[in-house]
Amino acid sequence: MSVLGAERIKLFSTKSPWWSSLATVVFVVGFGMIFLLTTASLVREDGPAVPFRVGVSTTQQGIFFGQMVILVMAALAITTEYRFNTIKTTFQAIPGRTSVMLSKALIIGLLAAVLGEIAAFASWGLGRLLVTDFDLTIRTADQWRQVAGAGLVFAITAIIGLAVGALTRHTAGAVTALLVWAMLGEQLIGAIPRVGDKIQPWLPFNAGGHFLGVGPNQNEGAQTGTDLPYNAWGAVAYFAGVAVVLFLVAVLVVNRRDA
Amino acid sequence: MIEAVGLTKRYGRTVAVDNLSFTVKPGRVTGFLGPNGAGKSTTMRMILGLDRPDAGQVRIDGKTYHQLDRPLRTVGALLDAKWVHPNRSARAHLRWLARSNGLPNRRVGEVLELVGLTSVADRRAGGFSLGMSQRLGIAAALLGDPQILLFDEPVNGLDPEGIHWIRQLMKRLAAEGRTVFVSSHLLSEMAQTAQDLVVVGRGRLIAQCTTAEFVDTASETSVRVRSPQLDRLREVLLRKGYALHVEPGVDGNALVVTGSVTSEQVGEIAAEQDVVLHELSVRRGSLEEAFMRLTGDSVEYRTDGQGPAGPAAAGSEDLMVAGGVNR
Ligand SMILES: Nc1ncnc2c1ncn2[C@@H]1O[C@H](COP(=O)(O)OP(=O)(O)OP(=O)(O)O)[C@@H](O)[C@H]1O
Ligand SMILES: [Mg+2]
Repeated sequence: MSVLGAERIKLFSTKSPWWSSLATVVFVVGFGMIFLLTTASLVREDGPAVPFRVGVSTTQQGIFFGQMVILVMAALAITTEYRFNTIKTTFQAIPGRTSVMLSKALIIGLLAAVLGEIAAFASWGLGRLLVTDFDLTIRTADQWRQVAGAGLVFAITAIIGLAVGALTRHTAGAVTALLVWAMLGEQLIGAIPRVGDKIQPWLPFNAGGHFLGVGPNQNEGAQTGTDLPYNAWGAVAYFAGVAVVLFLVAVLVVNRRDA
Repeated sequence: MIEAVGLTKRYGRTVAVDNLSFTVKPGRVTGFLGPNGAGKSTTMRMILGLDRPDAGQVRIDGKTYHQLDRPLRTVGALLDAKWVHPNRSARAHLRWLARSNGLPNRRVGEVLELVGLTSVADRRAGGFSLGMSQRLGIAAALLGDPQILLFDEPVNGLDPEGIHWIRQLMKRLAAEGRTVFVSSHLLSEMAQTAQDLVVVGRGRLIAQCTTAEFVDTASETSVRVRSPQLDRLREVLLRKGYALHVEPGVDGNALVVTGSVTSEQVGEIAAEQDVVLHELSVRRGSLEEAFMRLTGDSVEYRTDGQGPAGPAAAGSEDLMVAGGVNR
């Protein structure tokens, strides 16, 4: 418990997590509203001709951008420790490195989950205020999942960020690797002719997005591109599995390395 | 009590610490002495379980560091004063450390008071001067009221007041019965604080003894004579088997007689031979010279081909060993 407490104090006694938290919510809501308003006006003009509709998940399209901030924040939670050598002080105070890593994961994961919920419900709430001529009421279990699921997806995202941060030990390296993969890598692989479609479901961030109905394969009831090998819960389980494997590798490496 | 047995650490091809064994006893300040790159910091990191030894082990009161429950209560250490997050306040830095080892928050205020940082406790540590950072590091080391303390070159870069403060603190901590292990590359510094010494060079143990013993055996005396009849005196002394060399100086050449020799012996020989003396003086070799002679073979970095105890290196006060690279 004391290790958890120490990690909590550490995280919140510098400014950057506060800024990252604010940025997460602003990104999700901001991009979400731009997407919602644009889609709504397209649908109003062209009616059924457009291949998508406006619904609850349309308010959630900014999630991905918040996710990127979470990745950076989680990676920073450990790379700054390496940068300023406080990791040595940390392991001196708590020689059990696995418990340090678990505490970090729990704290940063919880923060990400809370931010996910705030951002998702803020997006949905604001969307309902801004767009009144479409039905944005949450009714079905799927719709609940698409909004309330953001916390889970953000927590998993944070674990991935933390693991990659621990493995690289460098802020620049970790952030580049994470963002290039999530923003570019998965898109490019998905775009490879023929095989791309087959690989796409197995790209972790795509899987996470699928759970929230914001992936490239899904958009509010309309076009589902490929037949997916899993349902929404399978998708998030796969996403979590990738995070757990990365995290375990990171814990192993951190334990074996010199601090 | 710290016991190192056969400690060895390699970084790639460099052997930083080589089969090092020593013990550090409670109630005394033990100096950990060695030139730059001798492996002092590496050894301290291994004591704290930060670096994994390739061979050997360290025990702290019979346990390895990883076996210590809430280690800050047993061992306090200051390895590098800059190991703090620059945007975290001094108080927050100590607060998370205290929490991690289940220490009451009241200890934070106490150690801040002890090192005199109370008034700046809420300022970001990144803005601290070296002296203030050093004090913060010492506050962190004392947080758990540990019986064992490690300091890595604690006076490096401090002003005379800061140096004095740290010396007094270390003596007081040892007087309270604690184990104090402090590294330095200056024997003159250690001679003022440490009762015992662990001397290393190139990662190997050179000596473990009391400071007094080390100084006695290490520093030899010599007798310097000046005379208008220098050549005559030189011949006589050589014939009698004394080791000597000629030393040019501003006031003409002088003879320096080395080995176990007293000024009385030289003066009497001169009188027998009716040699006029202009100077007869005893010189005690400086501690640094002695140190260099002993660690001479073990100095890793040299400025040139000159031996570490060569005349260019000798004589200057507080000299870093053979112009070593400061790291
Ligand atoms: N993390 C590391 N990676 C590679 N080499 C290292 C590492 N740490 C130390 N070394 C090497 O090990 C040797 C011992 O270094 P160490 O810092 O322990 O010496 P030191 O006695 O503390 O010296 P100084 O008086 O300069 O602080 C040096 O040759 C150094 O270059
Ligand atoms: Mg050092």
